[in-house]
Amino acid sequence: MKRFSGFNLIGEAFRSHQGWPEHWPDKAPKASYDAIIVGAGGHGLGAAYYLAKKYGITNVAVIEKGWLGGGNTGRNTTIIRSNYLYDESAHLYDHAVKLWDGLSQELNYNIMYSKRGVLMLAHNVHDVQSFKRHIHANRLNGVDNEWLTPEECKAYCPPLDISPRTRHPVLGGALQRRGGTARHDSVAWGYARAASALGVDIIQNCAVTGIRRGADGAIEGVETERGFIASRRVGVSAAGSTSLVMKMAGLDFPLESYPLQALVSEPVKPIFPCVVMSNTVHAYMSQSDKGELVIGAGTDQYTSYSQRGAFHIVEHTLAAICEIFPIFTRMRMLRTWGGIVDVTPDRSPILGKTPVKGLYVNCGWGTGGFKATPGAGDLLAYTMAHDEPHKINAPYNLDRFRNGRLIDEAAAAAVAH
Amino acid sequence: MLLIHCPYCEEARPEVEFAYGGEAHIARPVDPSTYSDEQWEEFLYIRSNPRGRHHERWRHSHGCGRFFNAVRDTVTDVFETTYKAGEARK
Amino acid sequence: MTGFRLADGGRIDRRTKRNFTFDGKARWGYAGDSLASALLAQGQMLFGRSFKYHRPRGILGAGVEEPNALVTVDRGPGRVTPNLRAPSVAIHDGLKAVSQNRFPTLKTDLIAVNNVLSAFFPAGFYNKTFMWPRAAWEKVYEPIIRRLAGLGDSPTTRDPDHYDATYAHCETLVVGAGPAGIAAALEAAATGGRVILIDEQEEIGGGALSDPAQWAWLAEASAKLAAMDNVTVLSRTTAIGHYHQNFVVAAERLTDHLAVNEAEGPREKLWRIRAGEVVLAMGAIERPLVFEGNDVPGVMLASAAKTFALRYGVAVGRKVVVMAVHDSGWRDALALHKAGVNIAAIVDLRRDVASDLIEGARDARIACYQGYAVTSISGGQAVKGVTIALAGFGKGQQLDCDAVLMAGGWTPTVHLWSHAKGTLRWDEAWGAFVPDKTHENLRCVGACAGAWSFGKGLPGGLLPAPKPLHESKAFVDFQNDVKARDIGLAVQEGFRSIEHIKRYTTNGMATDQGKTSNLNGLQIASGVLHRPVTEIGLTTFRPPYTPQSFGAILGHHKEALFQPLRKTVIDDWAASHGAVYENVAQWRRARFFPQGSEDMDAAVARECRTVRSAVGVFDASTLGKIEVVGSDAAEFLNRMYTNPWKSLEPGRCRYGLLLGEHGFIIDDGVSARLAPDRFHLTTTTGGAARVLNMMEDYLQTEWSDLDVWLTSTTEQWAVIAVQGPKARRVIEPLMEGIDLSPEAFPHMAVREGRICGVETRLFRVSFTGELGFEVNVPAEHGRMVWEAIWAEGQKHGAVAYGTETMHVLRAEKGFIIVGQDTDGTITPDDAGLGWAVGKKKPDFVGKRSLARPDIVAPGRKQLVGLLTDDPQAVLEEGAQIVADPNQPVPMTMLGHVTSSYHSATLGRSIAMALVAGGRDRMGETLHIPMPAGTISAKVVAPMFYDPEGSRLNG
Repeated sequence: MKRFSGFNLIGEAFRSHQGWPEHWPDKAPKASYDAIIVGAGGHGLGAAYYLAKKYGITNVAVIEKGWLGGGNTGRNTTIIRSNYLYDESAHLYDHAVKLWDGLSQELNYNIMYSKRGVLMLAHNVHDVQSFKRHIHANRLNGVDNEWLTPEECKAYCPPLDISPRTRHPVLGGALQRRGGTARHDSVAWGYARAASALGVDIIQNCAVTGIRRGADGAIEGVETERGFIASRRVGVSAAGSTSLVMKMAGLDFPLESYPLQALVSEPVKPIFPCVVMSNTVHAYMSQSDKGELVIGAGTDQYTSYSQRGAFHIVEHTLAAICEIFPIFTRMRMLRTWGGIVDVTPDRSPILGKTPVKGLYVNCGWGTGGFKATPGAGDLLAYTMAHDEPHKINAPYNLDRFRNGRLIDEAAAAAVAH
Repeated sequence: MLLIHCPYCEEARPEVEFAYGGEAHIARPVDPSTYSDEQWEEFLYIRSNPRGRHHERWRHSHGCGRFFNAVRDTVTDVFETTYKAGEARK
Repeated sequence: MTGFRLADGGRIDRRTKRNFTFDGKARWGYAGDSLASALLAQGQMLFGRSFKYHRPRGILGAGVEEPNALVTVDRGPGRVTPNLRAPSVAIHDGLKAVSQNRFPTLKTDLIAVNNVLSAFFPAGFYNKTFMWPRAAWEKVYEPIIRRLAGLGDSPTTRDPDHYDATYAHCETLVVGAGPAGIAAALEAAATGGRVILIDEQEEIGGGALSDPAQWAWLAEASAKLAAMDNVTVLSRTTAIGHYHQNFVVAAERLTDHLAVNEAEGPREKLWRIRAGEVVLAMGAIERPLVFEGNDVPGVMLASAAKTFALRYGVAVGRKVVVMAVHDSGWRDALALHKAGVNIAAIVDLRRDVASDLIEGARDARIACYQGYAVTSISGGQAVKGVTIALAGFGKGQQLDCDAVLMAGGWTPTVHLWSHAKGTLRWDEAWGAFVPDKTHENLRCVGACAGAWSFGKGLPGGLLPAPKPLHESKAFVDFQNDVKARDIGLAVQEGFRSIEHIKRYTTNGMATDQGKTSNLNGLQIASGVLHRPVTEIGLTTFRPPYTPQSFGAILGHHKEALFQPLRKTVIDDWAASHGAVYENVAQWRRARFFPQGSEDMDAAVARECRTVRSAVGVFDASTLGKIEVVGSDAAEFLNRMYTNPWKSLEPGRCRYGLLLGEHGFIIDDGVSARLAPDRFHLTTTTGGAARVLNMMEDYLQTEWSDLDVWLTSTTEQWAVIAVQGPKARRVIEPLMEGIDLSPEAFPHMAVREGRICGVETRLFRVSFTGELGFEVNVPAEHGRMVWEAIWAEGQKHGAVAYGTETMHVLRAEKGFIIVGQDTDGTITPDDAGLGWAVGKKKPDFVGKRSLARPDIVAPGRKQLVGLLTDDPQAVLEEGAQIVADPNQPVPMTMLGHVTSSYHSATLGRSIAMALVAGGRDRMGETLHIPMPAGTISAKVVAPMFYDPEGSRLNG
């Protein structure tokens, strides 16, 4: 691996950058590996990297049906935060945030983690109570999150309309300063490059067609478009396609896959300094390094693998954005796209062992998987290396759907009265 | 926006008149107390989530208010058919 | 000066001059000019600066494919729009256009230093650097990158314009009104069906607008379409996306082409069109050629030059060289020559060119260079000449010129086809993807179907060059400054799929969405990889086809119309009595009624005291209400709710607790049995629709044998709660036909009668712990009855109270509010409502889940009361509770405060909390660590006032 640095960049400039090698060599699959990861998104590539880097397992393959980073890793709105309510969630996401910090240096790949702050807006008394609950829980969990008055919100994010004329006036906000964004593609590429340098084989355009289990039921390997690949440890990190892969292993999963849309505006000069989320109004926005306003839309109501959503979702999303930020009505939508998000009944992930020996899973991140990328990768790697979950991901087991120990962040914020 | 044929109104209407109701043909047990925790988990949470033909429920919530079933391809989102609640799986 | 106005020709109105400004300088054009044509006519070649290197850029195309000439148009305060394409901006008097992405001026842009340093900024450079020192990324590098990025400036003030939206339905929708689209529309219209024909340009005609020979036909066809009742023609309207089942979204621009003082009505209108059949006639876009210097202002598409000359009467240069790899370049050259443009030479990489083209050029005395390629351009801010060389190699020869036209072949516009998930087929002859299969009732006609003959040409856009690829400065994506060498670098660094290459280089990701760059990028990658294009893939086209204002998409959905604000019939009265409101779900509710200079605490204290000592009146109309009727109504409710309903006598009320099938509380409310087959249910304010839907679900799909009918009556009844020891005395004089005596009308009873002459369902219920009634009257009489009760109440010292007082009073009694004291993870037992679960019932919704292992395990959070050691300390709702305040972070949290108030009645604070194993902790002191210090509180039963309930009797 040729080291990335400003010095080398200048050096290469004098020979037209002909000296840069491949980020990752395109490998043909070997007959067997010590571990296989199915799915080369950020989570799967991260798992491969940490297996090799932290847990000493370097004979690893990452198998991807398309191109690495081509799924939800490359389709999300890149928000990073960890100000979750429950201890389990706060620990899980804060594990990731701690890894985000310094990840560029660790991978020697600038993933452009920008601690711009994530500001979540409260619009009614219930929101205020709920956010205060989050803030106090976060404080006692060592996760930063602070309350801002409407005026402080406005100062932090000047395009915000805090006037009482809006349908849902801003009553305040919860700010996590360590929250922010990172460049999504770079995360996948950075992990792929670093994992590859540690000996991991990245095998693209190689769909898994079956999962082979031995007489004792344990995993023996995976059937692929390019033949059988043996391994006694298989980690599935296939997001929207997890149900399909699990069925190959004979497992039915508590998952449904929904279309989720996002969109960007045309690029403009810096106008929007942070990430703003409003669950009540349904608006999620930041501005990318390139200058585009990056806007998260909602899921469609029905399950689908079409990577295509309905236009009325976009209508509602932009109405919500302009409700809070009315100066943007003349901005123009440049590009919309859809991803497939896998959602569990409690909208928290499943990350750990499965009933099949040697088969591990990382799925169910719903609309919020990007922020967890380094943490999910590390914890999947840990679980595969030890055949035991780490204490952080232990609660994210499959058993919870049987025993009722759900981790339901969304329900905790539910509005009733 | 999908166009959905309501088998009660016998008319294709825009999706915004309808509410999705999840996977179809998952009947609530007559006596849930006889279900084991595993069976109950399956009833509550396990879903087929197929890539392709999906049996699903919709409610014409801003129309006749009736629940009905549909078969839709989850890759193309094209409806194969819709049929009334209580009719056999198609 | 290079460009100029031709003596005649074009569709402009030479009698009508339009004055406008560009970068503050006065300019003019004719009516019918675009901003691009008017400026070109005046010799302006420099229009903008590229995104990354700030290279000077001119016009590339004459339509929506334009990547370079982006301007900000300023139509006055709040009406500033960045990033508009100059060829698509119609000029009008007073137009103010400003160039972008330059500092300080377009001509002298200091940031163009990036161009000098461009060797250090290849594709993906930012991944390779700016990592040390660590803190510098956020403090130094990123802010600089951000400031350099972006194009125009965002608007900064509220937009005074408004936007319209509509739905439309038709048998046939034709997108694109060029000759093929017009023909399709005429054909469809002849069958009598409704036809909508939409086109993005100022007038219909498409390519025919640049071909005077077709103008007579065009006029005739336009008139014919206009005369047909079943045809709607929408120009200045862009079909931005195709969605499921032929749902096409289009945006019509209504006023931007008019002078500000002439612009009336909405600025844009969104059309949501559902069509039986969609015909795409979106034409094709010419491809640029990729050669050294192809981005110098003055190098443009041949088709653009033709449009400028024949449609706008503008020559793009005085001496023009055409660089073609396609027959259409020759045809355009000859058309330009005929229009009076001086074509100095036609250069074609092909040796073999159709003889009629060569003869045509010879007749026009145009020099022809077959087998040659342009290898460089001289000139910085404008073309001064070209170097051409045989097969692109060798020293070559110089040709003087001031404009170079590129004819690189054509790309069918298949965007909407792809939105519809139609498949594409690679067509070698076109060197492009053409439509193949679709599952929609959708077809392409004309050029976008690959069905229009532009002649022949070479498929690839990269010209041979003496320099190796990695040294070339030939641009592929002009706006994003992606060079052919960047694509080479991406491939060299292991990026093999077009999706990767696109993302690594940003090719095709600019505001033109790759209309002129995608295919060239793909073919260059194909060449470098020595693999066929089809193996490298195709980037997906995503809506919108061209950038679309947020304003038109959200339409009327803003401010008051963003979401309906639900108000009760008593809301106006509350407003006139000084109510301060809060939003609850979609409703606004009076929160408290301050008097004089009272703040909320003072008002609430007064309201609470008055209710406890005299009487208060509260508007409870927002409560959800469902009428449940039928012979099986009691059986149905028995299955839905946790508690038994069959034994409830008519005339009695019962508290109902509703779980989800997961066993957690989702709603509650007091309901009344009016008759054996009739119940009046109430739900929470926010839960009404959800509960009705859930009940319908079970009724229709699980228990369809039950004879039950459900009707939402939330808005049919106004509900006036009269609470307090004097409540009976307040309503008594107004009632007819109901004996209010405690014996005849006990607590938790319901009676039907009349109040103030109108029918009422009178509930004797209490959410305050006081003697109380809830007067339900038909909504239309609600205000009248409220005022009558209010007037009567005045004799007894009544107050009107709001939701805040309601909260305090119920908390004093330990009554929960679903959603505040529960959160979607709480079972009846957790909430201390085990008494409301029918132990003998074999089943109810959620019952089985209550037997799951974790639900029956000890240590669950349970609702308790908290009394702070300092009686005046009011805990913050949401504050977390610990056993040991001195433990290090992360602390073990036992639960949180769900409700907390100062109780004026008790003269101290009270709180409710969910605490792990809470009911076993009675009397224990727990701690609430706050930033300002830890507060200690004792665990008590969640019942602070009148535990015996004696006050219910008044």
